[in-house]
Amino acid sequence: MTELGIKRFSSLVELEGMREKLLNSRSASAKSIHVCTGPGCVAKGSFKLYEIFCAAVEGAGSDVQVQAKCVGCHGFCERGPIVVIEPGGIFYQRVEEPDVAEIFRETVLGGRVVERLLYEDPNTGKKVEKANEIPFYKVQERIALSGNGLLDPTEISDYIAEGGYTALAKVLSPMTPEEVISEVELSGLRGRGGGGFPTGRKWRSCRQAEGSPKYVICNGDEGDPGAFMDRCIMEGNPHSVIEGMLIGAYAIGSEHGYIYVRNEYPLSVERLKNAVAQAKELGLVGETILGSSFSFDIRINRGGGAFVCGESTALMASLEGRPGEPRAKYVHTVESGFRGKPTNLNNVETWANIPHIINRGGKWFAGIGTEKSKGTKVFSLVGNVVNTGLVEVPMGITMRRIIDEIGGGIRDGKRFKAVQTGGPSGGCIPAEHLDARVDFEELTKLGSMMGSGGMIVMDEETCMVRVAKYFTDFLQKESCGKCTPCREGLAQMLYILDRITDGEGQVGDIERLEELGGLLEGTALCALGKTAANPVISTIRYFRDEYDAHILDGRCPAKECRGLFRYEIDPEACNGCGICLKNCPADAITGEKKVPHVINQEKCTLCGTCWEKCPFTAVLKV
Amino acid sequence: MPEDSEIIEQIVDRYDGDDGMLIPMMQDLQAESGYLPADQLRCLGRHLRLPLSRLYAVATFYSSFRLAPKGAHEVTLCMGTVCYLKGSASISEAITREFQVEPGGTTRDRLFSFQAVNCMGACAVAPVMTVDGKYYNGVSPASALEILYGLTKEHVTADKEEQT
Ligand SMILES: Cc1cc2nc3c(=O)[nH]c(=O)nc-3n(C[C@H](O)[C@H](O)[C@H](O)COP(=O)(O)O)c2cc1C
Ligand code: FES
Repeated sequence: MTELGIKRFSSLVELEGMREKLLNSRSASAKSIHVCTGPGCVAKGSFKLYEIFCAAVEGAGSDVQVQAKCVGCHGFCERGPIVVIEPGGIFYQRVEEPDVAEIFRETVLGGRVVERLLYEDPNTGKKVEKANEIPFYKVQERIALSGNGLLDPTEISDYIAEGGYTALAKVLSPMTPEEVISEVELSGLRGRGGGGFPTGRKWRSCRQAEGSPKYVICNGDEGDPGAFMDRCIMEGNPHSVIEGMLIGAYAIGSEHGYIYVRNEYPLSVERLKNAVAQAKELGLVGETILGSSFSFDIRINRGGGAFVCGESTALMASLEGRPGEPRAKYVHTVESGFRGKPTNLNNVETWANIPHIINRGGKWFAGIGTEKSKGTKVFSLVGNVVNTGLVEVPMGITMRRIIDEIGGGIRDGKRFKAVQTGGPSGGCIPAEHLDARVDFEELTKLGSMMGSGGMIVMDEETCMVRVAKYFTDFLQKESCGKCTPCREGLAQMLYILDRITDGEGQVGDIERLEELGGLLEGTALCALGKTAANPVISTIRYFRDEYDAHILDGRCPAKECRGLFRYEIDPEACNGCGICLKNCPADAITGEKKVPHVINQEKCTLCGTCWEKCPFTAVLKV
Repeated sequence: MPEDSEIIEQIVDRYDGDDGMLIPMMQDLQAESGYLPADQLRCLGRHLRLPLSRLYAVATFYSSFRLAPKGAHEVTLCMGTVCYLKGSASISEAITREFQVEPGGTTRDRLFSFQAVNCMGACAVAPVMTVDGKYYNGVSPASALEILYGLTKEHVTADKEEQT
């Protein structure tokens, strides 16, 4: 930014002037290479690609107008690493290091498309050039993710050029705090962190609360395993979160903000810190912002690796330097939160929606979605679907469209069994409810919840009792131990589930689980405990027959629970190669060479080695 | 040690001595020392006028704090839902079996510390493992072991270089 000669802005006019200057300095013919640095692509080595592109740009000389930039998650992680060439939006997928030179020579310099790296639409068999022609993107509607894939998250000038901080300027130019809150109320925006509490109402209560100073916090703890929406926003467009917080702070009357980021996300911390520093340098964060009387400072804290710290009161305890134990919420945090002062906490995605609502109006936002759930929601679509990745869809879309049209259906031609939403305390939705719409109330009715946006798709080979056990185990480990129902109740539930998956379940165990679940819901201190039985209750509701098969027949229908199924060799498929025989640690396999082998069930320890090693998939689970 | 108290003073100053910033201070301290030695915690407590029990409570509540020295490498395996469904439990078992190290522990030769975490936010390419911050996606028990055996070799060559 310094190379553009931006200094601290002391007025709105200066910000606008800079935007114009930035836009003018970009010639229409200049090329730009967008390398995705979302978590999926980074895991597949995209930083290295970025470096190679940078070297190519450098080597191309000054008469070629081209820049390489790292951008936030494009969403189509399954097909990463993703590289997009602008102008034209040519979308290359599964790019590897040797491809860089070809892309640079052909597309950047030559203006020709490298067919080989394009996405092939499985429905038509045709190669597709642009992202918006790919089925995965067609159904999506991007608001919170609109800057992802477009902006360089490390450069504030990119954000400004694309209209960043105009919402802040609009608020300061001037809207009254009251008007800002009314606009957010009008939008119908509800918290994206899980609870779905109306954001405008929360802001109003905090504004009206007595006491000062007031605090504004961004919840970037994203504790739900299987979810990475917030990570991709923090890393892909950190300024949208900062701008949202600035607007919220202005409306509420706060001068101090915190962003609490999950410990496992070091890159989020780095990008947010960098973004705050850049915004400070330009006078967009700090004292007398844009020459107004409004001041707001932001600090970034790292979590310590505790799931419960995503809960609002636990998060505040953690920010105060204490163990993250929640407290009962008969006094709301908007009245007495961080350090006993009025505190407004919102989720990352909630904050990222705010600048759009201010810019385009609450009415526009309220025009998207269902009656009670407005706008869009970002989901991380993962598990056994063909297209895993990050998707943003209008509220009200059916689960079926998300899984079939965007997700491309179930992987490896298997059958769909359930989709788990709402994080560890969410629930599993079976096939018969796939036409349910994505909406806070509707998902709750089905025994799951919106949660923060994890959407984990499971196929027929997933044992639902084990899924319930996994979440119960997770929550039992993450329970802070402060209240007895959660600490002891979950341990009991886990004990029963363990016994069921070991084939030692007893008649009446299902009822015992239900009873414990009711107890937790009614008596636990915080939402972690109150909802902790959800995975168990929802799987009992929809997959009771699987529980029964484990308990009554000693059989695991999905063939996942060791001991509740057998291995057998299919004599048709076995050609007697002897690999299983050699590898069996229990010497339980016999057979002559070239003659189908047999497993001696008495000796078999069910270790599964033969099943893993057989090159002809002749070992079956029965 | 005088150096210790110097480091601690610097860290305390970084946060203006605000005891609300205890967790970031302890994170910084751990980044310096690799773990939280009891002496240093005691010293930090004295600076902040906080009892050791308070620091200990924090250190044991949060899973990212370590009270024992770590290994030469840091291996983190994701046990989040998606990675779990795609088989990370068997990867963990394989590592435990081959290297005699449980999640949360360090191998006896201090070659690596083994952590299990609940999702690294890269679920789209599960199962995920990192070694010293470098991501490996779509790992299997066999490929995980191969990566870790690679560490053994590097470690040995590094040792040899040191000797010569
Ligand atoms: C156990 C537990 C974990 C939570 N984890 C998160 C989280 O990781 N991220 C988040 O934004 N909200 C989380 N929440 C919800 C927060 O308590 C809070 O409702 C939310 O951050 C408020 O922001 P919103 O109104 O914008 O959604 C969690 C709640 C509970 C009970
Ligand atoms: S579950 Fe492993 S990265 Fe998310």
